[in-house]
Formats: sequence, C-alpha cells, structure tokens
Amino acid sequence: MFPVTTAHYLILSTTLLVIGTIGVLTRRNLLVILMSIELILNAVNINLVAFSNHLQNVNGQVFVIFVITAAAAEVAVGLGILIALFRNKETVHADEVDILRW
Amino acid sequence: MLLDSLLFYAFAALVLLGAVLTITLRNVVHCAVWLIATLLGVAGLYLVQGAEFLAGVQVIVYIGGIMVLYLFVIMLVPINEEVRQRRFAQQKWLAVIAAAVLATQLGILVSRGAGAFGLSAAGPAPEIGNITQNSQEVGYVLFSEYLLAFELASILLLVAIVGAVVMSKVRTES
Repeated sequence: MFPVTTAHYLILSTTLLVIGTIGVLTRRNLLVILMSIELILNAVNINLVAFSNHLQNVNGQVFVIFVITAAAAEVAVGLGILIALFRNKETVHADEVDILRW
Repeated sequence: MLLDSLLFYAFAALVLLGAVLTITLRNVVHCAVWLIATLLGVAGLYLVQGAEFLAGVQVIVYIGGIMVLYLFVIMLVPINEEVRQRRFAQQKWLAVIAAAVLATQLGILVSRGAGAFGLSAAGPAPEIGNITQNSQEVGYVLFSEYLLAFELASILLLVAIVGAVVMSKVRTES
C-alpha cells in the first residue's frame, strides 16, 4: 500500500480504461458514450503523466496536452454530429440509428 | 510520503467512484456532473505527481470548456423523456464479458511489467506545497521540440471548430 508507486497509477488507469470501455459498449445514450470516451482518454493521460514522473522526462506531459487538444476537437465534432442527428431523427440513442445497417 | 499516499488514494477513489456513476446513472445531467468530479480527481492526481501545469489545463480546458459544451448540448435534448427509457443496450452482458477479457489482459501486463521494469519502485515524488518549475519545463519543450506538432494541433482545432459549425447548422433549401 505504502508508498504509492508507478504501478499504482497504472492499475488505476487500467481500471478507468475498462470502466470507460464498458460505458462505450453498453450505454444507449450517445452523450454518455461520448463521456465514456473522455474517461478512456483520461486513463491514457494518467498513464502518460505517471511515466513522465517515473522517468523524470517532461515529454510525457507535452503528449498529454496534445491528447487534451484531440479530445476537445473530438467533442466539438461529436456534439455537432449529435445535434444534426437529433434534428433529423429526433433520437440520441445509438441503437436507433441503424440507417446504414445492411 | 504518507501525505502523498493519502492524497493518491483519496483522488483515486474520487476518480473511480465518479467514473462508475458516470456510466451507470440514469439522468444525463447527473452523469455529466459525476464526470466533472472524475476530471477534478484526475487533476488532483496530476498535482500529486508534480504536473501543476497539466492540472491547470485539465481544470480550464476539460471542466471549463468541454464539460460546459456537454451541458449545453444536454439542454438541447429532452431529458424528462430520456429518464424513462432503457439505459443499457441489448448486448450489455456480451460487452461486460469483452471488457473483463480486456481487464484481464491489461492486468497481466501491469503485473508482469511492475516487477520487470522497476515500476514497483516509487518515482521521485515532488515535495507537496513546493512549486516546481514544471510550467517552465513543459513550455520550453512544447515550444522548441514540439513546435510543429503544436501548430498542427492549432490547425486541428480550427478544422474541428469549422466542422462543428457546419454540422450543427440548419440547412435551408436554396
């Protein structure tokens, strides 16, 4: 338990990533699916900062900034798609959007 | 050292509790609020590890920007009707099994790697309450080594903004 090692952070980020994956796969609401993607990205960020601290190398923290940038772009486009979807189909449920299904 | 450990466990508990509630609660607004709690916990973990700049970025960009965007969109869709609907898709147990397999794989990876790569030794923890030169170091690397990537990231954001506007615009027949 004591002291907290890098492996502790890795276990935490693994758990967070699995929770996010369960959220993406099981929820029907597209907003919650997008939020679960945020959870996954944060798990990756925890990992990057933990290794940055472990190796005493600041490059990992710069990577986190780029991940946050990509997350912001993803959310902007994703929510734009969601608004367009809601305007056309009056739904925010992932399993009711099956117009491309063969 | 003890304070470090206690802070880690407190923030880790907040992160995991918030994450579980984010993916299980019925009301989307509650999900968003617990996601904010999770993101605050992650910012706290950055602070514990001495990444002060990232903790600030996390609070400003994630909580101040992204989560406000989420809440705006949540207000555009009807919540009252939403609460009465099914929360989980039909393939939920299959999805949980797949996630359990993923968890097992990653767990084996961490347990093997923890000994082999010296990860079970604590990284050099910064003194709490002692402001380091973290922002200066990050800024120096960001604007020298990663300058091209930084500019490309700004173009990515510009494209995303234009894309979001185009996507959510009301198209009128001309």
